[in-house]
Amino acid sequence: MEKIMELRNIDKIYGTQIQTQVLYDINLSFEQGSFNSIIGQSGSGKSTLLNIMGTLDRPTNGQVLIKGIPANEMTENELADLRNTSIGFVFQFHYLLPEFTAIENVLMPFQIQTGKITKEIRNKAEEYMDLVGLSQVRNNPSSKMSGGQQQRTAIARALINRPSIILADEPTGNLDSDSTETIYELMRDINQKLGTTFIIITHDRRIAEKADRIVEIKDGRINLDIRK
Amino acid sequence: MRLGFKIAVRFLKSNLGQTFLIVLGIAIGVSVQIFIGSLIQGLQKSLIDKTIGNSAHITVLSAEEEEETENQEIIEDYDLLYQEILGINAKIEDAVVVADYPAVLEYEEDSQSVLVRGFDLAQAEAIYEFSDRLVEGRIPKETDEVMLGIDLKDKYKLKVGDFVTLITNKGNVDEFIVSGFFDLKVSSVNKTWAVTTLKSSENLFGLDRTITSIEIQLAEANVFDADLVADQIRQTLGAEYEIEDWKSQNEQLLSGLSGQSISSIMIQVFVLISVVLGIASVLAITVMQKSRQLGILKAMGIKNSAASYIFLFEGFLLGILGAILGIAFGLGLAYSFTKFAINPDGTPVIALFISPSFIAGSGVIAVVASVLAALVPAIRSSKLNPIDIIRNN
Ligand SMILES: Nc1ncnc2c1ncn2[C@@H]1O[C@H](COP(=O)(O)OP(=O)(O)O)[C@@H](O)[C@H]1O
Ligand SMILES: [Mg+2]
Repeated sequence: MEKIMELRNIDKIYGTQIQTQVLYDINLSFEQGSFNSIIGQSGSGKSTLLNIMGTLDRPTNGQVLIKGIPANEMTENELADLRNTSIGFVFQFHYLLPEFTAIENVLMPFQIQTGKITKEIRNKAEEYMDLVGLSQVRNNPSSKMSGGQQQRTAIARALINRPSIILADEPTGNLDSDSTETIYELMRDINQKLGTTFIIITHDRRIAEKADRIVEIKDGRINLDIRK
Repeated sequence: MRLGFKIAVRFLKSNLGQTFLIVLGIAIGVSVQIFIGSLIQGLQKSLIDKTIGNSAHITVLSAEEEEETENQEIIEDYDLLYQEILGINAKIEDAVVVADYPAVLEYEEDSQSVLVRGFDLAQAEAIYEFSDRLVEGRIPKETDEVMLGIDLKDKYKLKVGDFVTLITNKGNVDEFIVSGFFDLKVSSVNKTWAVTTLKSSENLFGLDRTITSIEIQLAEANVFDADLVADQIRQTLGAEYEIEDWKSQNEQLLSGLSGQSISSIMIQVFVLISVVLGIASVLAITVMQKSRQLGILKAMGIKNSAASYIFLFEGFLLGILGAILGIAFGLGLAYSFTKFAINPDGTPVIALFISPSFIAGSGVIAVVASVLAALVPAIRSSKLNPIDIIRNN
């Protein structure tokens, strides 16, 4: 299987005066179409790692290769393009734009890419809203939806540009267990239907066990790497 | 660009109270500019109108002292000169030949000195608009008809059709019929001018085809070039003639006006600066308020330049709205000023000068200033790093 995301000798040190090393020499790669989970205690460095994979943060040392291309050799605009077309983010605190409706939020990554909305893409957005079970509320202001609905909207948004990778940081962290279950099933479903690679941080072992692979981070190092 | 515009509109709509306050701030600035500008321009225009409205912009006189009659230097055979003057500069709209001589006016027991002004009265319309200035009677047509200033009518209880006697310095005496009274709104003129035809004046003073000056009128848009045109006439005609222009004769007025213009511009500049500072600081706060949204957009791949357009568009939209509202306010203010600040006779104390180009200019300046004010927030938003937002949830 092709490596879609590869981390080579990643160190991350925060601070200049008082330096705290958060990641130590991480070597890790993920295959295209795989469904992966990252677990670990709070403060172990999971989010830092995910943000580095998503090119939102830069490692202190080491290289991130996305589809074989080293991220550190790209300009800011190229990285922005890469994030827009190849990576979908789902954060713990859903981060929708409150000024826009649910479907407008879903369409946002597409608009960033092309500037305008076509009939086809609108249909596709409606399809994704359907897929995440929100066709009824798609025209609601995003701020007027429940936490679970917002998170599902964020997933539809992450899908709209058909990215190859979806990075999710505790996407169900503040949801009840029913919603949590729905959302994981949804992501698993998308992974199977569309072949999208998922890398999901979770603290829920029950959920992690449903993934093809579990990576455990402990104190900034890989402690476990289990594939099924 | 398009997305930046769309997001800007949403951001502005999402915080209507704040948007309204900034728009109001810009509008007040623009309206003050328009009002003060129109007031000062109106004031200056009316001052200049009073100064040169019904008088020559440039006067050509003879400089040859030997050719004197009645203590006046005269110009003989003026036809060629007249034609030559009209051709000197395209800015010259009209020229009027005048024969001016001092005389004594007698009516019943009273007498006073007057200036007899002989015109080709059809020609003189161009400068003096006697047909409009006429209060009573008509403009002299026949020889031995004279038109007097309104002040003389009141002073001597004269009526149209009365006979007055004019006596020249040389002792020539002639009877004239008062054909009418004019009011040129300048009391020294209304008290001393006795306007008649060129022919009557020639007869009275015993001169033939002789004038004392040629008065020149420039097109309205060119009145401030009077000194330049005068220079050109001076060069063309040579030392034989003396050229006077209204600007050189009203230097004090003009320097007063230019001082006034400068202070009006200063006021406008300071209003502008305070508007710009106001917008810049409010927009800077908006960037903070919207930093979460900007972080999300950047994580989703919006480019730094596109992120900065959002705020430039906000500035642009605020500027447009503020300018439109400000122009409406300014015109309303100007309108109510001309309605409420009025003289007893109902005319406005100061006639404001509403110049569409000045108003449009103020609007454009407000929009440009708003966009400039949005520059700092725009740069901030382009520099904003999404990780700072994502990490701090
Ligand atoms: N900007 C920062 N400056 C300094 N330390 C940081 C910063 N961000 C995170 N950390 C520290 O890095 C460690 C890892 O954080 P994080 O990646 O968020 O862990 P996790 O997501 O596994 O809970 C924590 O100890 C945290 O306090
Ligand atoms: Mg975390």
